[in-house]
Amino acid sequence: MPPVASPPRALEVRGLVKRYGDVTAVNGLDLAVEPGECFGLLGPNGAGKTTTIEICEGLTEPDAGEVFVLGRRWDRDERALRERLGIALQETQLSDKLTVRETLELFRSFYAHPRTVDDVIALVSLAEKQGARINELSGGQKQRLDVACALVGDPELLFLDEPTTGLDPQSRRQLWDLVEQFKATGRTVLLTTHYMDEAERLADRVAIVDHGRVIALGTPQELIASLGAEYVVAFSLAHEGTVSLETLRAVDGVRAARVDAGTYEVQVTAIHHALPALLGTLERSGLALSQLSTHSPTLEDVFVSLTGRALRDG
Amino acid sequence: MTTTAAPTAPPAASPPPAPRTWRERSLVQLTLVRMREFWREPEAVFWTFGFPLVLAGGLAIAFRNKPPEAVPIGVVTGVPGSEQARASLRGTPGLVVDALSPDSAERALRTGAIAVLVVPQGDRAVEYRYDRDRAEARTARLVAEEALQRGAGRTNPVATTERQLTEPGSRYIDFFIPGLLGMNLMGSSVWSIAFGVVNARSKKLLKRLTATPMSRAEYLLSFMLSRMVFLAFEVLAILGLGTLVLGVPLRGSLAVMGVIILLAAFAFSAIGLLVAARTRTVEAASGFANLVLFPMWIFSGVFFASTRFPELLRPFIAALPLTATNDSLRAVMLQGAGLGAVWPQLAVLAAWLVICFPLALMLFRWR
Repeated sequence: MPPVASPPRALEVRGLVKRYGDVTAVNGLDLAVEPGECFGLLGPNGAGKTTTIEICEGLTEPDAGEVFVLGRRWDRDERALRERLGIALQETQLSDKLTVRETLELFRSFYAHPRTVDDVIALVSLAEKQGARINELSGGQKQRLDVACALVGDPELLFLDEPTTGLDPQSRRQLWDLVEQFKATGRTVLLTTHYMDEAERLADRVAIVDHGRVIALGTPQELIASLGAEYVVAFSLAHEGTVSLETLRAVDGVRAARVDAGTYEVQVTAIHHALPALLGTLERSGLALSQLSTHSPTLEDVFVSLTGRALRDG
Repeated sequence: MTTTAAPTAPPAASPPPAPRTWRERSLVQLTLVRMREFWREPEAVFWTFGFPLVLAGGLAIAFRNKPPEAVPIGVVTGVPGSEQARASLRGTPGLVVDALSPDSAERALRTGAIAVLVVPQGDRAVEYRYDRDRAEARTARLVAEEALQRGAGRTNPVATTERQLTEPGSRYIDFFIPGLLGMNLMGSSVWSIAFGVVNARSKKLLKRLTATPMSRAEYLLSFMLSRMVFLAFEVLAILGLGTLVLGVPLRGSLAVMGVIILLAAFAFSAIGLLVAARTRTVEAASGFANLVLFPMWIFSGVFFASTRFPELLRPFIAALPLTATNDSLRAVMLQGAGLGAVWPQLAVLAAWLVICFPLALMLFRWR
């Protein structure tokens, strides 16, 4: 054995399986999260993200598989692990009757080496609301308080399950800033989301999860580049016109094509060649456009090309 | 180094916890939270403190001891012997004598305006007309008979004296206050724990707390500690009203009262914890708690003595924790019983505690 062991991975999961009755929520899932990275589990609702993160959090027992958190196992070191983790669950309702400060004082009292309540309140920008009861807070403020309760123990590893679901755009951005500040201190984050913009913005690496398995893994840039497409062209046809996908795929520069509810999405490489060729093909078929747009490919397009479904369809 | 080896780190020596004030300790924080949640729920405060006092006040008024009421009787006028009979009856304690014409006398008797009608039959004979089914009519007849015979010159061969008892300790309110105290101990103990735990579980707060290093024993203990604080107020309010305002006696020792009250509170808390062990919604907990509490309101001698139930049910009734609480509180308050006299009841309470508490912990679900 070498005298100095390399630091353990922040999280390592092998062959995870969890069934609920006939439903297999997690089906042989592997993950490895390095210290200091922000790792995103991206997938539609029902993909098994929450079950996976709750197994990692030691709140759900897996049916099979191994979990190492900060190099430790839940069955041996639960108490010590809990001191080092910050956890925000989906759907926790903190006690309505308590104030922001009282809630944080309570959570702080559980940890051996906590941050001060004032620090955490400042961190989540709730100083003006610290005396307010929780039922007086907005959705975004409640969510930030949830994260504050996860941060008050000064954790090395932060778990966030769908942290911005149901929030307005401004509240989402505030929460993203919060996660980025935590990342900047060199600590590790594991977050689940079904928003591809959230994963692209926050995650250093993303695992795309579907039906309880990881179907793609990499940095957001790698995953998008794996499409081989530079642009996505989306269009609809006037007068309920249709064009076969084979025709579109035969156009020079087109990598892939699909249609969903009358909207055609075509992934192309060199848009300055592909777009005129595409429009020429449609014109020769006597078809008129009712709508046309282009965008750079996103993780959404990656998910679509892997599964044939959109993320929001679930 | 191979990568297949489980990356289990040796247990790190964790640095000692940072020093903290008593207020920063988790048990204190958890207990404070329980107390804040209670005080900030005005309905809970009313049902725990206000309602029992209103109930006791109402029953004290309804069942206050009245001086014995005089019973109205009638004497028919205009017949021989009427004057003499009225003279004999006048001033007899417990009777109000009306002189009535024969017509109005019959009507008064039929409508119950008088309990007994005295119809003189000449100087040496009277007839009583009354309804034998009315207890007060039978009593009034005896009192009238005595007065008439004495008035006619009868002397009694046996000398008698009497001392009347209106002593506290035998009134309805004296029976009721210990029962009210027991009922309140049961209700507030079962409810505060069952509601608090199930509410936290249904809101996923219980799960959130178990995701922290919180000690689960301290969480449950915080319910007991806050219970003890409110228990002191509840007991003082009910006993204060009972003894100071309503004059209910407290003949036994306060220490024995304290032992009974604490043991009862622990036993009922354990029952509350059992109700809450797996219940997922507040509605289900409410139904479950009522199912547990309702038989005891009926059988355990809160409003009326449990000895009114058939012999067959007695052993079952005696084994209920509220029966044990009420019987022992009554024995201590009204009869001045000591620990030696109430040990069977204490044993019943202890049995409920040692059965329910481990069972509740065994069945308890944190998620």
